[in-house]
Amino acid sequence: MTGSAADPKRTALAGGALPQKSQPAFQIEDLHVWFGNRAVLHGVSLEIPARHVTGIIGPSGCGKSTFLRALNRMHEFTPGVRVQGKVRLFGEDIYEPRVDPILLRRRVGMVFQKSNPFPTMSIQENVLVGLRLAGIRNRGLLEERLEEALRMAALWNEVRDRLHAPGTELSGGQQQRLCIARALAVHPEVLLMDEPCSALDPIATAQIESLIRDLREHYSIVLVTHNLQEAGRTADFTAFFLEGKLIEFESTKKLFTNPSRKQTEDYLTGRFE
Amino acid sequence: MRRRERHAGAFRALRTQRDQTVNDHPSDPLSIAHSAAPGAGSLTASAGFGSLLDGGFRILIAGAGLSVFALAGLLGWELYRGAEKALSRYGVGFLTGSHWDPVAGRFGALPFLYGTFVSSTIALLLAFPLSVATALSLTEFAPFWIRRPVRALVDLMAAVPSVVWGLWAMFEMVPWLRQAAFPFLQRAFGWIPLFQGPIYGVSLLAGALIIAMMITPIITSLAIEILRAVPPMLREAAWALGATRWEVIRVAVLPYVRSALVGAGVLGLGRALGETMAVTMVIGNRPEILLSLFAPGYTLASVLVNEFAEATSEEHLAALFEIGLTLVAVTLVVNFLARLLIHNIPFFFAPRTLRTQPMEGER
Repeated sequence: MTGSAADPKRTALAGGALPQKSQPAFQIEDLHVWFGNRAVLHGVSLEIPARHVTGIIGPSGCGKSTFLRALNRMHEFTPGVRVQGKVRLFGEDIYEPRVDPILLRRRVGMVFQKSNPFPTMSIQENVLVGLRLAGIRNRGLLEERLEEALRMAALWNEVRDRLHAPGTELSGGQQQRLCIARALAVHPEVLLMDEPCSALDPIATAQIESLIRDLREHYSIVLVTHNLQEAGRTADFTAFFLEGKLIEFESTKKLFTNPSRKQTEDYLTGRFE
Repeated sequence: MRRRERHAGAFRALRTQRDQTVNDHPSDPLSIAHSAAPGAGSLTASAGFGSLLDGGFRILIAGAGLSVFALAGLLGWELYRGAEKALSRYGVGFLTGSHWDPVAGRFGALPFLYGTFVSSTIALLLAFPLSVATALSLTEFAPFWIRRPVRALVDLMAAVPSVVWGLWAMFEMVPWLRQAAFPFLQRAFGWIPLFQGPIYGVSLLAGALIIAMMITPIITSLAIEILRAVPPMLREAAWALGATRWEVIRVAVLPYVRSALVGAGVLGLGRALGETMAVTMVIGNRPEILLSLFAPGYTLASVLVNEFAEATSEEHLAALFEIGLTLVAVTLVVNFLARLLIHNIPFFFAPRTLRTQPMEGER
């Protein structure tokens, strides 16, 4: 339940071969990101497999959040950010001019470090807001998606009796699961998670982590975390970033037990200044 | 438990140390350690002087704080004393009477109340949507490089003196209204009584327009600050769901600041009610209640500035004082309502109560 090594799904996958090359969720080629004149990512190339959890680890400031936010074009709202390189979502280049970033973000959901339910909305409204934005008015479908999303986020049983209560009334861990439900309700193909457990206590963290492992059945998940144990417990594959560069990308088991790069080993063993 | 006691003990020790250092009685063990250190004597002396300075500063600050009450009391008392005669002589009739004729000794303030309310209300109706739209464009839509200069310009406009607005309005706006805008309005909306009657240029509507122009930068400036206070993570949440810019505003921004914006509007209304110089220059200054917005009007503030210098009779002066008292009362009521909005409507300036978790770790 709480991500012990005995989790059958994880052990079955970790250490396995890389998944079939034919269907990666993201193909990233030579991705550069600048904040003004400061280069934050220096040419990252990476293939993120579909229907697996890919962990991104690395010290603070190594560019892991920057990398994540390049995958759904969230950088467009920050002044002075420049992105260069190719990012393909199931084969389609998302930085091509004809791509509508609005539609892109409906396919690539995002969960943030700090839970951010809309404070003026009820639990139900929070979950359904993405669908309403997409123009869905069918009550039956909305109700169906509401329950489905909340069940997937393992929140249904806790909130089914108070769907009209404000989302901010929930506890921190519940709020984060509400945000996950909100992202899932629009049926994205990929879920980007930016340190989703960093503000949570160990119990809430365990719940979210087990949820992430379950979601892998249906979604491709990219999980940024500064918590090595979390990557070890949840991710099938792990990428190690350092100073804006991808140092190593391997199955989690291989990376944690037998890293091929010295920098990775130093970081994992804490011999890192 | 024990640790807490120890802490309390240490705190007590520090306090006694401080007191005794000031009193030059270093009997506490901590103070002894202090005086044993080199240069301890000079430290003690400067601490004594510092605390003397500190005490003086505290008295100064307290005095400054209390002077607010003194000023408010003085103002209220002075206005009341000046208006006493009028108050006792006319009673409520002062506010309901619609004839103002100082020569004949008739003092009814209703035309001024009417003029103040109508001009301020029209001004607010014009200024508020414009201000909110400007603020939204400057925080959500405009290219980043243009936001800062335009914000600076807005703040600059908020600082333009009233009389300068008035001058411009007299020589530029009013002739244009008389020749172009008002005839056009009359052709288009002449069937509404508000737009009937002769056109002079100087009018209630001209006054309302100039007030609108003056409070727009103020409300805009406030609204920009309010919108910038919306947590970025709410916008990001909406963007990540595939919201368009307008949808981000509708879903994440406006619900969060709705009542704050109303408060900004009410603060603008407070300014509008008390606006004097520019209004006096274009409103026409005729103490009559006429339905047409093209007809001249008069406001509480304008009659004060126009008649105080030439008020000779005691009654006239007392009546003007009562006008001042009324103006203060109206402004106070509006400000009070604004504060009520600020404190009693949820989500007004109170995002902290909404956060159920500490904010550290946020970008």
